[in-house]
Amino acid sequence: MNALALPPRARAAVLVTRGVNALSRHLGMGSGTVAGGHAGLAVDPELLAHLAAGRRVALVTGTNGKTTTTRLLAVAVEGALGPAATNATGSNMPQGHVTALATSPPGAAAVLEVDEGYVPGLVASLTPDVVVLLNLSRDQLDRTNEVRMVASRWRRALADAPRTVAVANADDPLVAWAAQVAARPVWVAAGLSWRADAVGCPACEGRIAFAEPPAAGWSCTCGFSRPAPDVWIEGEDLVTAGGRRTRLRLQLPGRFNRLNAAMAAAAAGALGVPADEAVARMGTVGEVAGRFALVTVGGSRARLMLAKNPAGWVELLDLVCPGHDPVVVGINARAADGRDPSWLWDVPFERLAGRFVVATGERCRDLAVRLRYAEVDHRAVPDPVAAVRLAAMRLGAGRRGAGTAGAPVDVMAVDGAPVDGAPVDGAPVDGAPVDVIGNYTAFHDLLSRAAGR
Amino acid sequence: MSLRVVVVYPELLGTYGDGGNGRVLVHRARWRGIDAELLEAPADRRLPAGDLYCLGGGEDGPQLQAAESLRDDGTLAAAAAAGTPVLAVCAGYQIVGRSFPAADGRPLEGVGLLDVTTVKAPAPRAVGEILAEPLAQALAGLPTLTGFENHGGHTRLGPGVDPLARVVAGVGNGDGTEGAVAGRVVGTYLHGPVLARNPALADVLLGWASGAALAPLDDTEEEALREERLAAARRGRRAAAFRRRVEAWRR
Repeated sequence: MNALALPPRARAAVLVTRGVNALSRHLGMGSGTVAGGHAGLAVDPELLAHLAAGRRVALVTGTNGKTTTTRLLAVAVEGALGPAATNATGSNMPQGHVTALATSPPGAAAVLEVDEGYVPGLVASLTPDVVVLLNLSRDQLDRTNEVRMVASRWRRALADAPRTVAVANADDPLVAWAAQVAARPVWVAAGLSWRADAVGCPACEGRIAFAEPPAAGWSCTCGFSRPAPDVWIEGEDLVTAGGRRTRLRLQLPGRFNRLNAAMAAAAAGALGVPADEAVARMGTVGEVAGRFALVTVGGSRARLMLAKNPAGWVELLDLVCPGHDPVVVGINARAADGRDPSWLWDVPFERLAGRFVVATGERCRDLAVRLRYAEVDHRAVPDPVAAVRLAAMRLGAGRRGAGTAGAPVDVMAVDGAPVDGAPVDGAPVDGAPVDVIGNYTAFHDLLSRAAGR
Repeated sequence: MSLRVVVVYPELLGTYGDGGNGRVLVHRARWRGIDAELLEAPADRRLPAGDLYCLGGGEDGPQLQAAESLRDDGTLAAAAAAGTPVLAVCAGYQIVGRSFPAADGRPLEGVGLLDVTTVKAPAPRAVGEILAEPLAQALAGLPTLTGFENHGGHTRLGPGVDPLARVVAGVGNGDGTEGAVAGRVVGTYLHGPVLARNPALADVLLGWASGAALAPLDDTEEEALREERLAAARRGRRAAAFRRRVEAWRR
């Protein structure tokens, strides 16, 4: 697509989008993705449809794994389709999509992360080639959060999208309910770590019965049951239609990232990219927008991880739990996190028993009380940098002290305000990293205060 | 015999972390040497016998299902009538009343443990930090209650109940009171979970359930959390008052 092929109004809107974004960046008001999109849409409300015309378009949505799967898919299709227009900064509402498309080369394929609520509108206006539906579970308790309502809105949208391939998680009943009506579903066995929001059958309000892991499968007495998967992971291999096996080697850690990659590979397949090529390219991704990044915080090495809701926490606790080293857990409750951190009680923090946890962030007091009742050894240190330092000291002391993780260390120095200056007593910068898990804004706070990326 | 704390229908009434109330109760009993067990009771089975029942918050559909199951089952009403303590939070509070509203506002029959009636509130949902000063005689001497509320109902208290507390910041029942108490049944809109933020209330319930005199625990961390939340709610209240005054000037 050539920009000149756009209608005059859309052309003007593109110029406005770029101009406002450049201005916003220049004034230091942000990363320059939202304001321009806003302005562009004000000039031409149909701008997204115009910009998407003639492109291959894939949308990625779900409660967890959106940003990572979007990145994996964009990388997977790069060889076959060229660099894709993508909203890598996580601006996953229409303003961000406008910016991603308006600033990309004409005709470039688009791989867009989409907030769950915007799926129906975008499916209708962009007629995407592929929609990737990862999972649906509770998130941000203080907002209207009827996951069932989201699933039925997806369902209506897909019923009206005959040329869209729905790459859907067969293990999540709400997602399966939505994608059941798609003209062209591709079912991926992408796992479900959090069942609490899926026990009510979306078809009949009855109860879904789940097979006990490791067996997969679920069904309701009304007949609604898990669709047979077209793509799944078996041992080290990704298995795709026709029994084709591809060894799945990723730098990103964790079972959930392997499942994200399976979803991305299925979507790449729908865009004509063979599984082995998609997998090889996805293996080059080492971090995604700071997730799993190795950084230096206050002179200590840390591995940063993000978990935004109970389902995400369950996944990350699985990842970090085999171990005895200290962990830093950061909790905020700003608007972007949800103002009500009661969900801390839905997370099985009991799994951290035996480890020393440094609770940090603006709501570290809530977490400290939660950890008290989980009977997990912990300490609340509101400043995140000081928290990482304390964990690093305990880690270093544990390593030096012949494996005694709780070796005595004077922790008073790091309590309260951050200690200025160079690392005084933390683990050496080249030591093993401290695992740091934060919810949304706690994670971004740490990322912005980290060096050495 | 161990103290049985029953969390009622966690799959239906477990949207806001209220399952934590059961855990708080069990741990606070055990830390005092009282043997206690946590029973998570699913809706598709008969409610087990218990020494203390906890109900949490939930969405509209599950709330209706829970009310129907509890009325059919009968165990909870019989236990409450026999003096077994019940803590009912948010949607749970609404369904232990006489009636509560469906999503479309139509009144639905509750379990009837508390003489309260909930109707759909006209205003937007009450969402935010809430502070309330305990009023009920049975809870005399309790410190300020703190929690997070998230509901769209106004609850009217009948003559058969006392208000649990007087609202200092937030909405609560909608008439300046918060929650309701009758005998050993306590209803409240406070999440947090409420017993994690208000350990003194947990100990009142435990005292009722165990009949034992409870030794004090080291609640330093709960105190730190309470102090922070009390300050935040008061700041929020001042900010809201300021916004109202600005609005008044503009009109």
